[in-house]
Amino acid sequence: MAELILRRLLSAVPVLLLVTLISASIMQLVPGDPALVIAGTNASDAEVQQVRRALGLDRSFGVRLLEWYGGLLRGDLGQSLLLNRSVTDAILERLPVTLALAGFALALTVAIGVPIGVIAALKANTIIDQAVLVVALIGVSVPNFWLSLMLIVCFGVWLDVLPAGGYTPFADSPLGWVRSLILPGISLALLQIGLLARITRATMLEVLRQDYVRTARAKGLPMRMVVGQHALRNVMVPVVTVIGISFGLLLSGSVVIETVYSIPGMGRLLATAIFSRDYPVIQGGLLVTATVLVLLNLVVDLLYAVIDPRIKYDGRS
Amino acid sequence: MAVPDSATTAPAPVCADVTPVPSAVGRSLWRRLLGHKLFVTGVILFGVVLAMALFADVLATAAPEKMNVRARFRTPQWQFLLGTDNYGRDIWSRLVYGARLSLSIGFAVVLATGVVGTLIGLLAGYFKRLDGPLMRFMDALMAFPAILLAIAIASALGPSAINAVLALSAVYTPRTARIVRGTVLVVREMDYVQAAVASGARHGWIIWRHILPNSLAPLIVQLTFIFAYAVLAESILSFLGVGPPPPTPSWGNMIAEGQAYLREAPLIALFPGIAIALTAMGLNLLGDGLRDVLDPRLRVQHG
Repeated sequence: MAELILRRLLSAVPVLLLVTLISASIMQLVPGDPALVIAGTNASDAEVQQVRRALGLDRSFGVRLLEWYGGLLRGDLGQSLLLNRSVTDAILERLPVTLALAGFALALTVAIGVPIGVIAALKANTIIDQAVLVVALIGVSVPNFWLSLMLIVCFGVWLDVLPAGGYTPFADSPLGWVRSLILPGISLALLQIGLLARITRATMLEVLRQDYVRTARAKGLPMRMVVGQHALRNVMVPVVTVIGISFGLLLSGSVVIETVYSIPGMGRLLATAIFSRDYPVIQGGLLVTATVLVLLNLVVDLLYAVIDPRIKYDGRS
Repeated sequence: MAVPDSATTAPAPVCADVTPVPSAVGRSLWRRLLGHKLFVTGVILFGVVLAMALFADVLATAAPEKMNVRARFRTPQWQFLLGTDNYGRDIWSRLVYGARLSLSIGFAVVLATGVVGTLIGLLAGYFKRLDGPLMRFMDALMAFPAILLAIAIASALGPSAINAVLALSAVYTPRTARIVRGTVLVVREMDYVQAAVASGARHGWIIWRHILPNSLAPLIVQLTFIFAYAVLAESILSFLGVGPPPPTPSWGNMIAEGQAYLREAPLIALFPGIAIALTAMGLNLLGDGLRDVLDPRLRVQHG
């Protein structure tokens, strides 16, 4: 196991290096003189010069890259152009909010996606099954920012039962915290519920065709027991994968959702940075998100090996 | 499976190493597709949106960007089929031109990611020496959540339809490359390919005649889903202001403009969202249907 962990960690290194390189290069994509674009067309020469110095654009890309890596080793992602503070501080302050939102959405996803997927498989090709597939299809087709707006109109404005936006910290009011997370959580989770329900259903159907399930049924074990004892454990494998993938989607989905619901998390930090062309924040945010995801995938891979001892790793297939 | 990004990083455990399909006999393939109810539903849904896009000039009842301050916030009526927005522009007309824009962007992304992703996938899968470097770079691009990277690239390049296509193509190309590489790895070990190698056929000819045709089925399925993701992702880019800039009638722009008037006139934001959802739904159904029919190994799962 220790060898497996070590080997997977090592294999993540080149990807992480490339991730840092891509994050650092985003500003290179800005056409023309980035300082001029960032400062805006109305900026004075002095202001443009100031932006140029702040971004290190007066030095070559190579030098800037080395500085960026140097800072990275010290946990320093640079200084925000607008927030008057370091990128690391800004991200660390906002990250817990996003994690709370993503965690809440993930809990909804698993609590709803797995059961409806299992039920759909057990009732395959009945009306219940079709209904689950329709829900899954809607989940993957409806744009979540639009769903958010519609939910805000229904529950925040017309029915007026839930806050239409904003975020209540858990410490202020646990109930208010949950209430402020319900609509954004549903908006984020619907897609994942659809994905997870479909994958759970497909895996469950696969498992139910296996010999050991037939054997268990043949020896007189009731279906409830077969599912509980034998099938669910095997269904856990895709659930774990989806949790890994979901978390990435939830983190990136938070850019849009946090903007729509005015939630002060990392997503909104990034969205604001993108609108105001605050490149140090954009680069830092990209890097942190991608790193979290690479590490998460690593954990998911290792969890596989724990859940399913048959899985062995001889390098990446 | 879709959202922008959402959908973006759709899990592809099943497609990753698909066994290549022997080219299905033309007629029976069509019959199977036409017998697939969900596929036909997808064709109809997508066909409606495609018709909106193709015949936008005929279907529109007004110029999509023409403002009319005396007819703001009209409810749906004969003259304004879906009502008017905060500038008095006809929502139905904007919707059909929005279909043209969304589908154009989606199709351009499919084309770009199809060509580039296939090329990279073929090279990585066929030439073992290229596999490592190419796929590590693809892995790194895929490490970023798709929509986040697309937003960052689009905002760096500047808001425009072309830049939205570039950003979305950059994000979805690695996902296409991975699928193609997966099939190539399987096909290149097949006896008939080995026979071609042994008989001294050139690499280009082998790839063109043997490898590529066998990679087509999973590729087409994947591109159908990417079309859906691209339409959804484009609407997000527009909504956040890094897509084609207003007053261009894009569905994302229309929802963004409607956001300010949710209380008074929720219909402004409602219709374009339904259009996006129907388009994505149609494409997802098409993709599911194609996958069921083109990949017999997965067909079983449908029951």
